[in-house]
Amino acid sequence: MSTENKLMELKNITLSYDGEKILDNVNLYIRDKEFVTFLGPSGCGKTTTLRIIGGFASAEQGDVYFEGKRINDVPAYKRPINTVFQRYALFPHLNVYDNVAFGLKVKKMDKKEIDQKVRKMLEIVNLKGFEKRRITKLSGGQQQRVAIARALVNHPKILLLDEPLGALDLKLRKEMQIELKNIQQQLGITFVYVTHDQEEALAMSDTIVVMKDGEIQQIGTPEDIYNEPKNAFVADFIGESNIFDGVMINDYLVQFSGSEFCCVDSGFGENAPVDVVIRPEDVNIVAPNTSMLTGVVENVVFKGVHYEVTVLCNGVEWLIQTTKHQEVGNEVGLSFGPDDIHIMKRLFNDFDSKVKGKVISENEIEFLGITFTRENLGLQEGQEVLLTIDPKQIQVVSEDHADMIVYLESMVYKGAYNEMIVWATHKETQEAVNLLIHSMNDEQIATDIGIKFNFDSIKISPLEVKGE
Amino acid sequence: MLKKSISFPYLLWMIIFVIVPLGIMVYFAFTTSGGSFTFENIEKISQYTPIFIKSINLAIIATIICFFISFPLAYILSRASDNYQRTSMLLLMLPMWMSFLLRTYAWMTLLENEGLINKFLGLFNIGPVQMINTPGAVVLGMVYNYLPFMVLPLYSIMAKIDNSVIEAAQDLGCNIFKVVIKVLLPLSLPGIITGITMVFVPSVSTFIISRMLGGGQNMMIGDLIEQQFIGSTYNPNMGSAMSLILMVIMLVVMGITSSLDDDEREGIVI
Repeated sequence: MSTENKLMELKNITLSYDGEKILDNVNLYIRDKEFVTFLGPSGCGKTTTLRIIGGFASAEQGDVYFEGKRINDVPAYKRPINTVFQRYALFPHLNVYDNVAFGLKVKKMDKKEIDQKVRKMLEIVNLKGFEKRRITKLSGGQQQRVAIARALVNHPKILLLDEPLGALDLKLRKEMQIELKNIQQQLGITFVYVTHDQEEALAMSDTIVVMKDGEIQQIGTPEDIYNEPKNAFVADFIGESNIFDGVMINDYLVQFSGSEFCCVDSGFGENAPVDVVIRPEDVNIVAPNTSMLTGVVENVVFKGVHYEVTVLCNGVEWLIQTTKHQEVGNEVGLSFGPDDIHIMKRLFNDFDSKVKGKVISENEIEFLGITFTRENLGLQEGQEVLLTIDPKQIQVVSEDHADMIVYLESMVYKGAYNEMIVWATHKETQEAVNLLIHSMNDEQIATDIGIKFNFDSIKISPLEVKGE
Repeated sequence: MLKKSISFPYLLWMIIFVIVPLGIMVYFAFTTSGGSFTFENIEKISQYTPIFIKSINLAIIATIICFFISFPLAYILSRASDNYQRTSMLLLMLPMWMSFLLRTYAWMTLLENEGLINKFLGLFNIGPVQMINTPGAVVLGMVYNYLPFMVLPLYSIMAKIDNSVIEAAQDLGCNIFKVVIKVLLPLSLPGIITGITMVFVPSVSTFIISRMLGGGQNMMIGDLIEQQFIGSTYNPNMGSAMSLILMVIMLVVMGITSSLDDDEREGIVI
């Protein structure tokens, strides 16, 4: 990718709200005439990033550059940027024509010129003849077009679109996607688009920025992001994926789903925990016992172009897309090539959670503000210990039965369980650690959940006290 | 059918306590004390024209001051956090839980020549400044007493204006001043009209405020009407005629303000 034509650049943008980090060191640039999409689940910071570009929010740290000039302190109304808001935000006291003409009238443009531009823009968005219509008398799709026309008529350098198609039904959404892309190419304006819909992002964008928890996960073309996802989160979010816990035994040799496979990746080290991603369209169904993996068909769903088949294989569910129908209960073999296996660094780079604790009395240990007893501990009071917690030995429970409340940072289905990474904060010291959980529960990410430990299963090893 | 039977008691109430008294008032306005038809009462009102003009002037000034205090306040409140909104609303309403008379008496003790404010000014060798018994004191009393009636309708309509509409205006090149003129004012017009009516009508017809804070020199229509019924110049026919004229004035004012609203609905404003 060339770095020329940088129209807009964000450098080290950080922003917190109520003590919660919304954006964490965001760095990106937008090229002229590019269609950039910020993609991520709700609460990932994509709208906030858009608001920083538009001038509706200001970064606590970091700089915003436009055409090489720092514009942190330039207010929204002075930026050559226009926005299509999430719920359109049309002016209810004005008709269609006056809504579209609003920006030009504020700029005190000549009346004839305004008229010409507004009529041309209404033609582009297919609203000719609606000039005198009241906003409240329009359908969602029509309001959407007015919002786009109102922003585009000012011929901004950048058009920001905040989930503009979110309120429309599927068919209209698809039509508008094509239309928006056409308008963008026709007018040659840079579009910055925010969505949580990965299909929309893949269909429209030149560049996709995948975000999670206020951090950029990956920036690339739609093809890059789909074919070479950087981690399990991106793979899970973009398209359907089989994601498994694996162990990189050696370079070019990986173990997962109960077998060892050759692959094309290297450089992870020996016996390293990795995530393995295989796209469902890359797996072929073959006769049982002719390949390394054999399993039983659990579920078949017809999707129009293909069937989506779930195969249970060594206790792990595989999702496979195939054009051939399979009977539920049949035994089948699964085959795929070494280059279909994508190896990624784990989001949580270990097999177990490791937390520091402290012996506070004869048989009692404290960690993260909670205490538990262990008979015959045999350690001195004040001794610091390292606790190793098996991810299967933490339960997700309702908040009133929980040992502690934690923040769910990410959740990825790994074929047999959801791998959750949570952010646990010590009530008093505010010290925070990541914990790994394997759970059958489905939870909403970027929310608080309750967890319960199986204290008997926690491994305790004393830490050496420094200086003794 | 149900609707009709439920509305009956209200209808009866309105006939007995609104329509009939109105009829009586109109009857008195056009009759002499003897009971014969006359235009004399209405004609005689012209001699009180200065008092009418003064009343309307003071009420208009009070309404305008109320508007300029309330508009920013209502906007700030409508954008504030829920807790802040609740607390501020409570503080704003709290004085209204006290007697109207008591509140106005309190201003008397503050504004008097020997009052608290003049005593305070006296510490710096200023004054005493004549504050009570001036038109300013009357306007102050009106603003103080009727301010919540302007804030409330403005606040409730502004709370409904989505923040993104204001952001959209900024996005399209409006600075704060233009946002107010082009978006905020037209969108809160119905609230403004309600507020104007709610402040202007009681202000123009008040007699307690003008008597207590305005002294004898600042007579208003309300005082004049009161005198006709329980004052020295007992003349209920004259009083009725004055009340009738006052009603007509109010009707005209309300007609003008609500015609603004109609224009707005047609989308002509701006």
